[in-house]
Amino acid sequence: MVKEILTLIFTPILAFFVGIFLLGFKRKMVARIHRRYGPPLHQPLLDIIKLLSKKENISHGVMFDLGPVMYVGAAILTVLFLPIPGFKQLTPFGDLIAFLYIMVIGSLGMALGAGESGNPNASIGIARALTLMLGYELPLIIAGNTLVIKYGTTDLYKFMTLQSGFHWNLFLLPLTAIAGFIATYGAMGEHPFDVVVAPQEVATGPMVEYGGKHLGLLMIGMAISTYIETGFFVILFLGGGANILTFILKQLGVIIVMTLFDTVFPRFRIENAVRYFWRWPTLIALVGLLIVYIGGK
Amino acid sequence: MELQETLEEGYVEILDHLRKRSLWMLHYCTACGAIELPPTITSRFDAERFGIAPFVTSRQSDILLVTGYINIKTLRRLITVYEQMLPPKYVIGFGSCTINGGIYWDSYAIVKRLDLYLPVDVYIAGCMPTPMAVLEGFRTLMKLIDEGKANGWKKYQENYEYYKENQRKVLKW
Repeated sequence: MVKEILTLIFTPILAFFVGIFLLGFKRKMVARIHRRYGPPLHQPLLDIIKLLSKKENISHGVMFDLGPVMYVGAAILTVLFLPIPGFKQLTPFGDLIAFLYIMVIGSLGMALGAGESGNPNASIGIARALTLMLGYELPLIIAGNTLVIKYGTTDLYKFMTLQSGFHWNLFLLPLTAIAGFIATYGAMGEHPFDVVVAPQEVATGPMVEYGGKHLGLLMIGMAISTYIETGFFVILFLGGGANILTFILKQLGVIIVMTLFDTVFPRFRIENAVRYFWRWPTLIALVGLLIVYIGGK
Repeated sequence: MELQETLEEGYVEILDHLRKRSLWMLHYCTACGAIELPPTITSRFDAERFGIAPFVTSRQSDILLVTGYINIKTLRRLITVYEQMLPPKYVIGFGSCTINGGIYWDSYAIVKRLDLYLPVDVYIAGCMPTPMAVLEGFRTLMKLIDEGKANGWKKYQENYEYYKENQRKVLKW
């Protein structure tokens, strides 16, 4: 019992630091692709410290303050439903479906908070975020349910144990894995799907009025979200890991592949992004579902 | 009591030391100075290795980079933008126009000294300052922050009436 409670306290902290590491690594890698030297690896941590140590804050109302709190809270809750090797956490109480359900709360919190600021850029950003969510959720859910049909269970921890010994879904179900990858990629908001933030168009969208401690909280939430989204892909398609170290290394691999795509693409318009998601990843995921359904389990 | 003060001072020193490594700038590009910024932040000179990155809104930024001349119409916007930023905030005057008017020294529409209207922490002289000079200016600001001397925002709060009066004279508010 004590061990389980300690795990629940320890995991969000681990997720935060791994997320910071992944984000810092990504910034360094983008810099190297641009032939720059790049910021130090712990630059996101410095940014968060700077933001949290601002002297004043500007608030636009109660929900504006609660939005970032809800974002971070939802991120921490989602981390607890994501198993890591050796620790089941809350997975006995919530499966894949609960996980997909909870993952959305953070964006809703941000939408409610940013909506109160009254800035038109924030409204456009929220509209884009929720529309994009309609886009990438569909292939993600189809890909997830394909695995449910294959294994006959919705337990995320069992997904990990069933894939041990290189029975990775990346090799066994490559089509589903590709669809899952594109959907995760869209959920991370990388180019060409960064329509939500889009600094040149809508001035960082939902975050336009956030500054100081609010933005610091949002960046903490973002670090944890990076951990969640890469970790989710690793569990579904890369077989989790034998221990925490291999798990983190696989997350790093996912980030590296994503960054390679991220640095070379421009940006979709929002309707093109949704059309893309509903056409290609959904089609690929449906074909993968068909293969599992017909080809046997 | 003394121990608490020492601790607080140490805390502020550590914070300043960390804070100088993460400065987000808002480039107020109304004049020709803006053209020197792309080389400063891209491959050749790479300001991001010091933690300096361009940001788009005043709420998120720490540095207000005033690139070039300011006429009376833009001064009004500049003041609004500066007051929207969250302290600690720093102003960098970029180019000789912000120091004494530069080549616009005899223009009726140009504000000659930025120092009278906003508290400037660092000036970068030149017309135009090269990317190397801009980076030197950033390094100077980082040094000042580390030593606790970049207190322009405190000066603005303490001498608010003085700055407001100067602004009122020009803007006829």
